[in-house]
Amino acid sequence: MSVTPDRPSDLTRRTLLGRTAAAGLLVTPAAGLLSACATSGSDDTGKKDGAEGTKSDQNPLGVKEDAALEVIIFNGGYGEKYATDVHEPLYKKEFPKAEIKHQSTQAISTVLQPRFAAGNPPEFVNNSGEKLMDFGALVKDGQLQDLTELWDAPSVDDPSKKVRDTVVPGTVEQGMYDTGDGAKPYVLYYVSTVYGLWYSGKLFQSNGWQPAKTWDEFMGLLDKIKGKGITPYGYAGANAAYYQWNVILTHAAKIGGADVLKNIDNLTPGAWTADPVLKAATAWAEVGAKYLDKSFEGLKHTDVQLQQDQYKVGFYPSGDWLENEQKQNTPPDFQYQLTTMPDLTSADAMPFGALRAAAGEGYFVSARSNNPRGGMEYMRQMLSTAGAKGFTETVKAATVVPAGSEGYAFPPGVASSQAALKAAGANVVNLMFDNWYKELDTECRTATNELMFGRVKAEQFCERMQKRADALTKDDSVAKFQR
Amino acid sequence: MRHGKYPFVVGFLAAPVTLYAVFVIAPYAQAFQISMTDWRGFSAPNYIGFENFRRLFHDHRFWQAIEHHGILLLALPLITIAIALFFAFLLNVGGRSRGGQRRGVWGSNFYRVVFFFPQVLAVAIVAVLFQTVYRPNSSGLINGVLMKLGLDPVLFLVRPSLALWSIIAVLVWQAVGFYVVLFSAGMSAIPPDIYEAAEMDGATRVTLFFRVTLPLLWDTLQVAWVYLGIAAFDAFAIVSVLSVDNGGPDGATTVLALEIYRNAFVYSKYGYASAMGVALFFLTLTFAALTLRLSRRESVEY
Repeated sequence: MSVTPDRPSDLTRRTLLGRTAAAGLLVTPAAGLLSACATSGSDDTGKKDGAEGTKSDQNPLGVKEDAALEVIIFNGGYGEKYATDVHEPLYKKEFPKAEIKHQSTQAISTVLQPRFAAGNPPEFVNNSGEKLMDFGALVKDGQLQDLTELWDAPSVDDPSKKVRDTVVPGTVEQGMYDTGDGAKPYVLYYVSTVYGLWYSGKLFQSNGWQPAKTWDEFMGLLDKIKGKGITPYGYAGANAAYYQWNVILTHAAKIGGADVLKNIDNLTPGAWTADPVLKAATAWAEVGAKYLDKSFEGLKHTDVQLQQDQYKVGFYPSGDWLENEQKQNTPPDFQYQLTTMPDLTSADAMPFGALRAAAGEGYFVSARSNNPRGGMEYMRQMLSTAGAKGFTETVKAATVVPAGSEGYAFPPGVASSQAALKAAGANVVNLMFDNWYKELDTECRTATNELMFGRVKAEQFCERMQKRADALTKDDSVAKFQR
Repeated sequence: MRHGKYPFVVGFLAAPVTLYAVFVIAPYAQAFQISMTDWRGFSAPNYIGFENFRRLFHDHRFWQAIEHHGILLLALPLITIAIALFFAFLLNVGGRSRGGQRRGVWGSNFYRVVFFFPQVLAVAIVAVLFQTVYRPNSSGLINGVLMKLGLDPVLFLVRPSLALWSIIAVLVWQAVGFYVVLFSAGMSAIPPDIYEAAEMDGATRVTLFFRVTLPLLWDTLQVAWVYLGIAAFDAFAIVSVLSVDNGGPDGATTVLALEIYRNAFVYSKYGYASAMGVALFFLTLTFAALTLRLSRRESVEY
């Protein structure tokens, strides 16, 4: 086959096909490389001077009253109605001359990444969902407004109180990032989330089962559930393995204290191979071997959750969004109930009832936008009693503002998780590594599947995670955080 | 007519070449540039030389993906071409000869349409379809039947040794129809008198296939091989939608495009992802050069 045809007539159909194929082959990798769009336009690291008005009692953050405000909402589980019907009208009431531009999307990074790269970010962003932008990368690049001023501002309802004193303890800390010059709050996590093991109140009642307090009782209970022909325990390996690492790590914290998780977050050497993590992993690997249905590794969370709603699964680990997520498929008398990690031994560092609770759903203000003060004021309105109450009534979830959910009648699942949170008192733990280091989250999901479906032992699970964490520590391109 | 030839040619070429330069060449060049940086998507990137490539060299997942491309490169074209050739042969010359004309098996026009069906489905739909086919419990298409028969379900996408082959099966299923049509076109171009002559000499169908059809189809086969090679370097959509844990279990089905996607859009490591893209570029280039060279062979003119 000659390479160049001497005459045009030599270019037969076949050589043409062959060449087209070769050309096509060259174009293929372009698909992978297309992500590499312009990196230009963001070279100026200097901050823009945002619009500023006069500070007063009514306007403690000094918002320029006619400055426009752009609000981007992630249109996911909570929808966008809470913004358009509650928070935006509240802001508009305070600043009637300000124009609010509302936009909602399911792909935050697709819509916003180019705008950040071009130096033209919107003021207020609900950074959430599958395509959220990496918070760590945003903080490192100075894109996020320091929210200290907001937290220290007087609250809308009671000017003698600071905003930070009207929210659940830990809320401010959860949004803090330390990039080397001290931890500063950059992110507002707004929705209160309680994690635990979920079961059907009806199923348990009709069989006379009680959620277990100790590990032996727990294993006995799983046996009884298995005896009824019900899969005792389940999580979805295909896309929701993090529900299960959450269980293992919460249990590790209960066994060894909250510092276990703090060490993991801080990438402390040996954090993953610590004894409590190993013990928790060993215990749950046994649950995996004895009580887990092997097919669950190939199922999505919706499949397993549906099976639980059909009374085919005993316990399912999740957060308290579960009830709202499943409301289409849940029988009316199902009665979601939450229980917490059983005592592994009587020597556990934390008592029964200890749980993981966190503020979820992140919101931030862009430091380089035209009106960052307006963005902070918008947050102040969100954190008012009226703002929080409106949110809770719209989406049936509790916010980090306790005054907002007072007197609201939650459905049985959220009611039980709120009660568990109250009962836990100070024994509440949280972890941040999955938000800070996405790659560690990915690795942990994979390792958890390997552990729970019996391909590795607990020791190997811990070693594997430690190895990945160590590699991450050495990776200079990833900004590190401390708490 | 030599007069005004160049303005004429340039006039035609200007638009496509500009488009090609802006949308293909420029992103390529930029990917090479970004692969030398630690860009994470927001502020100006830092130049870090070949650090990303050094890291790539020690990345277990990267090598795993390369290995899978190796398997795909062998398996996908071989299996697809074998099946497509077999079907095409049956559809075109596999039946009885009537009036000296070889025909396909009975109902071949119907089969031709059926085989082409997968080609008109969007890749995402194919993947979602096979989620149901492969589902590991009684609501799965295959396992539902197996479990009715009292057999244990086969964990297609979950067993690490089976997962990649389950994915390859989907890729083959989707591709075969197109190549049946391609080979059919090739076969119909083969003059019937050659078959007639061979048959008079007492050739069986098997001999006909290996001694007549195959050699005369060589150019088309070569094209098919290159096309399927392209598919083997991609496979992103099917793996992304179908596999458990995104290329799992434990990376057992991962491919380069998936790793690029993960590093760029999940980890925000655009520099590292671009380095992978550059590696993929050279891999495909090598494959194209090798294939065109190795399969060079005198083609029979008729």
